[in-house]
Amino acid sequence: MSQPSVRNAVIIGGNRIPFARSNTAYVNASNQDMFTAALEGLVARFGLQGQRIGAVAGGAVLKHSKNFNLIRESVLGSSLDHATPAYDVQMACATGMEAIGSLANKIKLGQLDSAIGGGVDTTSDAPIAVSDALRGILMELSRARSTKAKLAALAKLRPGHLAPAAPGTGEPRTGLSMGDHQAITTKKWGITREAQDELALASHQNLAAAYDRGFFNDLVTPFNGLSKDNNLRADSTMEKLGKLKPAFGKNLGDAATMTAGNSTPLTDGASAVLLGSEEYAQANDLPMLANFVDFEAAAVDFVHGAEGLLMAPAYATARMLERNNLTLQDFDFYEIHEAFAGTVLSTLKAWEDEEFCREKLGLDAPLGAIDRSKLNVNGSSLAAGHPFAATGGRIIASTAKMLHEKGSGRALISVCAAGGQGVVAILEARS
Amino acid sequence: MADKYMELVNSGITKKLATLLGLPRPPRLRRYSPDAPLLPGPVLVLGASSKAQDLSDTLVAWGLDVRRHDAGDAKLGGLVLLLDELEHPTELSPLMLAAGQALRKLLPGGRVVAFSRPASDDDAPELSAVCQGIDGIVRSMGREMRGGATANGIVLAQGTSVASPSALAALRFFFSGRSAYVDGQFLSVRTNDGVLPADFAKPLAGKVAVVTGAARGIGAAIAKTLSRDGAQVVVVDMPAAGESLAKVANSIGATALQLDVTAQDAAQQIMDHAIGRHGSLDLVIHNAGITRDKLLANMDAGRWDSVIAVNIASQLRMNEAFLAAKLPGLRIVSLASTSGIAGNRGQTNYAASKGGVIGMVHASAKLFAENGGSIAAVAPGFIETEMTAKIPLGTRTVARMVLPSLMQGGLPVDVAEAISFLGSDAAAGLNGQVLRVCGQSLVGA
Repeated sequence: MSQPSVRNAVIIGGNRIPFARSNTAYVNASNQDMFTAALEGLVARFGLQGQRIGAVAGGAVLKHSKNFNLIRESVLGSSLDHATPAYDVQMACATGMEAIGSLANKIKLGQLDSAIGGGVDTTSDAPIAVSDALRGILMELSRARSTKAKLAALAKLRPGHLAPAAPGTGEPRTGLSMGDHQAITTKKWGITREAQDELALASHQNLAAAYDRGFFNDLVTPFNGLSKDNNLRADSTMEKLGKLKPAFGKNLGDAATMTAGNSTPLTDGASAVLLGSEEYAQANDLPMLANFVDFEAAAVDFVHGAEGLLMAPAYATARMLERNNLTLQDFDFYEIHEAFAGTVLSTLKAWEDEEFCREKLGLDAPLGAIDRSKLNVNGSSLAAGHPFAATGGRIIASTAKMLHEKGSGRALISVCAAGGQGVVAILEARS
Repeated sequence: MADKYMELVNSGITKKLATLLGLPRPPRLRRYSPDAPLLPGPVLVLGASSKAQDLSDTLVAWGLDVRRHDAGDAKLGGLVLLLDELEHPTELSPLMLAAGQALRKLLPGGRVVAFSRPASDDDAPELSAVCQGIDGIVRSMGREMRGGATANGIVLAQGTSVASPSALAALRFFFSGRSAYVDGQFLSVRTNDGVLPADFAKPLAGKVAVVTGAARGIGAAIAKTLSRDGAQVVVVDMPAAGESLAKVANSIGATALQLDVTAQDAAQQIMDHAIGRHGSLDLVIHNAGITRDKLLANMDAGRWDSVIAVNIASQLRMNEAFLAAKLPGLRIVSLASTSGIAGNRGQTNYAASKGGVIGMVHASAKLFAENGGSIAAVAPGFIETEMTAKIPLGTRTVARMVLPSLMQGGLPVDVAEAISFLGSDAAAGLNGQVLRVCGQSLVGA
């Protein structure tokens, strides 16, 4: 496909609040509180006070119905010009990726000069709904005109109806949790417990080292007394990880390999990324960390078992590489979101697998292996945590900075999502 | 607590009661606002000086009601004593007696400013005696003033005069509410350098200023004051203080830079940010500082070394890098402390660092002047902050009310005003200055 004549969309920088394990530091913070905090840190870092940004887009996976305009409400609570338009995006864990990618496209087309994309999630302040049965009775009650009809509606009420319906991370069509889905995939690809624990350990060690060298000084702004991701275990060891009991795929018995250590915990947090055209960045004396080159979404049929729930990025990557005339080895950084260590390792193994690449991706040859020393070099979700919609913004901002520090090269970003979806993207250093 | 007490002893029946009981009545200080008049009433200029007429003309141009010799029955907002051409202590008498009469007419928040020459070892003993005597006069007058009025001095080095830009700038600073908590202090005009601002309400217009330790307290007040005075501000603090730092930045249109000032490349990061994002670096306020108090007998390496590293070693390292970069006209203002002058129990480490700042300023003045810049320090006394709010009430009350002439602790903004002034182009002739903002506390020189 020939490259249409569009301008570059550049990543100027990002900001996130430290990620907090569910029911810890942010137990009293709402999605709006957290996304506003992420925006305010971004505004402070780049001096955007009173500025009208082209658009702010983002979202949350777990959202109260009152937050129907979450991002716009956050903008109204920020120091940005209140004439900044904003809208909510929702694509499960790929929300941030989709929001930022779409904004980048608008910048490329000249529709926007500047934009902020990101996401937020909390499982500490999750929307708890009433049961469908109770909701039905309440709706009937509100429609009832006569006292008799009202009493008739109320008479249907049973104690069992009062049990709240808490949101889960289970797939609506299979009833399986995401972890149990991944456990099937992990087993299918023969990923060992040891390999998963090694990836988890590397994530913690890399993230801790990145904090130590000040890498996050211009990527993270503290919130609610927290200045670092509190899931980070700098002193983690293979021995400690090895002692954990399986948390998912327990029906697999001895073959169960996925633990709380090599799976991401429920996490609260928010992230925001500032993008713009080159002209915008130059006119405002703002840095240009990397170009947002391209992004691609894919979805797989996990419901009938044709593919693993979190394998869509493997497909999206193949299509995106072909479109950009690149091979899997043409990258200097690989940022593969660690929903589970098994997700990352299954994806890598699939790309190396001749049959998978031929049958599923329709390729003559496998995409091949990557240089593992270029994978998640500053840690990823296993260490930082994974506030669903905020993960895309975390990865894009960090990756752009890594490319800027290196001064050359290209990065591949991959984020899987519920519903059998995934979004991948290419960033490129500015030369 | 201080506010409540001040309110009670200054109004209504409780004021009468406080007067009857002889309780200390800390006055409300006249603080700066861009709309407030420079002085609360007419100014009387006493004394002979070859530049007296020039000075009076300037004061008239500033919009003041200027009286020479005698003000009659008028209440006075200010009193200027021209003592810079006296040669013998016996010549003081007529002027000082006239000054005494004028003091009776001084309004609350009034100002006395004396011009004098520096006492020098090379001068005739008579001349040196009168010059040093004026030092004693001004400090004593400060102790006698009431109602938030202050007395300060401007010392004119050889070759400078009352008409030198920095002499006028210093006079204006002492007159205005910017010097509310400065009492019994001297500013030394060393050169004729300096340019008065086109707009006295925006003395830092067009300047890019960096404030370290800006997330809270005195640092946040400095950032806000520099911004009010026209500067584009960059606020710096530890990454862990980023949340409050962002709030400060967003309240004044500043950019936030999360940075540990003890990092080896701190100066480079500051220059990269200021120049890359705002086009230049004109003013750096070394405000970041910590206390780790302990009696010396109980001191440990952790407490000692961290205070030295943050409060002085980081500044020395950054200044070296700034000098090497030869930034044109770069001005530095550092935070010293009266603890560094007078000492303080439990603060040997802190006093070492703050005394160190004073030594650094004195020895760096020539170096910064080479690129058209300057360096100065402000030494705060007891300032009401979150930090000092933790001092026990009894000790705090004594520290804030009984010891200083102004009978109260200062506010962070009082320190900020002095810093903004010393960092302005008009203060270039005051290079190497250390100014105390202490309400004329009994401790220290």
